[in-house]
Amino acid sequence: MNRRRIPRRGIILACLLAASLSGSATLASAQEADAPPRLHWSFSGPFGVYDPQQLQRGFKAYREVCSTCHGLKLLSFRNLADPGGPHFTEAQAAAIAATFQVTDGPNDQGEMFQRPGKLSDRFPPPFANDQAARAALGGKLPPDMSDLAKARGYEWGFPQFIFDAFTMYQEDGPDYIHAIMTGYADAPAGFVLPPGGQYNRYFPDHAIGMPKPLSDGQVEYSDGTPTTVDQYGRDVAAFLMWAAEPTLDARKRLGFQVMIFLIVFTGLLYFTKKRVWHAVLHD
Amino acid sequence: MPIASLVHSSFVAYPTPRNLNYWWTFGAILMFMLGVQIVTGIVLAMHYTPHVDYAFNSVEAVMRDVNYGWLLRYIHANGASFFFLAVYIHMARGMYYGSYKEPREVLWILGVILFMLMVATGFMGYVLPWGQMSFWAATVITNLFSALPGVGGDIVTWLWGGYAVGNPTLNRFYSLHYLLPFVIAGVVVLHVWALHVAGQNNPTGVEAKTDKDTVAFTPYATVKDVFLTGVFSIVFAYFIFYIPNYLGHPDNYIPANPGQTPTHIVPEWYYLPFYAILRAIPNKLLGVTALATAIIVLAFMPWLDTSAVRSANYRPLYRQFLFIFFLSVIGLGYLGSQEPVGGYVIAARFLTGYYFLFFFVILPLLGLFERTKPLPNSISDSVLHRGAPVGASAPSPGAR
Repeated sequence: MNRRRIPRRGIILACLLAASLSGSATLASAQEADAPPRLHWSFSGPFGVYDPQQLQRGFKAYREVCSTCHGLKLLSFRNLADPGGPHFTEAQAAAIAATFQVTDGPNDQGEMFQRPGKLSDRFPPPFANDQAARAALGGKLPPDMSDLAKARGYEWGFPQFIFDAFTMYQEDGPDYIHAIMTGYADAPAGFVLPPGGQYNRYFPDHAIGMPKPLSDGQVEYSDGTPTTVDQYGRDVAAFLMWAAEPTLDARKRLGFQVMIFLIVFTGLLYFTKKRVWHAVLHD
Repeated sequence: MPIASLVHSSFVAYPTPRNLNYWWTFGAILMFMLGVQIVTGIVLAMHYTPHVDYAFNSVEAVMRDVNYGWLLRYIHANGASFFFLAVYIHMARGMYYGSYKEPREVLWILGVILFMLMVATGFMGYVLPWGQMSFWAATVITNLFSALPGVGGDIVTWLWGGYAVGNPTLNRFYSLHYLLPFVIAGVVVLHVWALHVAGQNNPTGVEAKTDKDTVAFTPYATVKDVFLTGVFSIVFAYFIFYIPNYLGHPDNYIPANPGQTPTHIVPEWYYLPFYAILRAIPNKLLGVTALATAIIVLAFMPWLDTSAVRSANYRPLYRQFLFIFFLSVIGLGYLGSQEPVGGYVIAARFLTGYYFLFFFVILPLLGLFERTKPLPNSISDSVLHRGAPVGASAPSPGAR
């Protein structure tokens, strides 16, 4: 991964000094990638949940396009029927699994063999190994997509990272993925693309190895959702966020309960403290 | 064994100054965090595989397949950050109110030892998920020892258990990451013991003299500690449930790859000030020495500070220099997160200079030249005269 690391988050209070320092510091170079647009996601915010329809669309696009090169090795087919996911029925998930060929074995002849996938199988990798992938793709290695939405991001630096803590912004991964999907363009005059590179405004240094993966109308949607690159980008990014964080719905639901409990409990503790100390003169 | 009477004398009848403010509750919060880390850590260890080929996937299995595994891991990962947040506040409180001064030197030194143990434990814990940042942090930090003249290379090989960061390194880090928290727990017992020998400091820095100056630990200190632990837990829970990856680095969701260096290697936020000091100095050996000195110098504070007055409330100059010191550390933290280029390097050198100037020049000299404010006669005196001009008639023990 050759993406430029943008300054990571420091401690919140770093703002105090940073404000005075930023004036004297050298700023980002002209090669810096554009900031991905921040989209609205169904799973953002304290009550956010995944949209199962969107995850199903994203899965369709993944399966028809991305899965040619990108694996999803940490996911099993059974996950497709898990609560808080794309909400396929177990029968649908099993049918999807059966369309994949999985290597099993050795059998009693000592041979490895191919069989249709089962719910308990993990998604089979698109290439036998990294070297096979490189050999097939002109030396480029497409990353596994299981954790991609958490393993990519864009950092806005000071002072935006402070606001992000309060707005619960955690969607820089999906925003970045959507931006990459939609960021292909002709290289501006004077920009020298390295061999095998494609120009992408959101990719660090602007030269990405992956050819433009999606075009308008490439994947058919049966529910009337527009079949545009922008929509594909949103759906794939949402699907990958679920793939990276399948427990997000459960986390936010439990989080709300825990917050209610803690706030009430701490409130009671406050009045207990006042009661205990009311007769004592103190500072 | 007189366990019941020990608990009673230490946590119930134990007299605490009546004027302690909320900054004094962070000791209890730290104990709470140590408990949280040990309990979640023990359960996580049941699901973790310390092997370079399986570590990353075993952590992912915790996140995906273990019941509430995501909760355990997010508590543990963010718990490290909140443990350090609490310890930094605890240390800052000690520095502000002069809690390191005689007769609490042993208490303070035990605290510095606890901090060093935390640094080591946190670092090794960060390596265990075996993501890109884990691997490269391990590489960078262990390589610091190579700066030692003569023996450096041998020490690094010995630390690694090989000629590169690899499986033996991960295994020993796991072993030590499991061991050190219990060492910390043991030193915490000594820390509390030392505290109870000397008694607590308080915002005036004047020792408790009579029963009027103190209240019983239970219920007075207990309820205050529990209340603020509740407030702290609300912030902690906010991070766990709503922004669990805010303090983390995206690269650590990429499996470790020894063949590919991340463009920008950064440690966790709580090490950033020390990382900035390390990088501010162009010479590697001097940089490492400065890094080590920056932590070890804390243990010498009781003797570097020559003032007879404890609390910064009565030391107007120390108070200002101390706030500048806190801002410098925060500034170093920000600079540690930036690439060391141009103005950032100059700023980091400037702040590093102040960091050491504060300990080695300002602290010793202030005690000799500072005109301190008059101290109250006693804690109860200061409480009763709150609002009135402080100790207007009391003679100042002042600077010696």
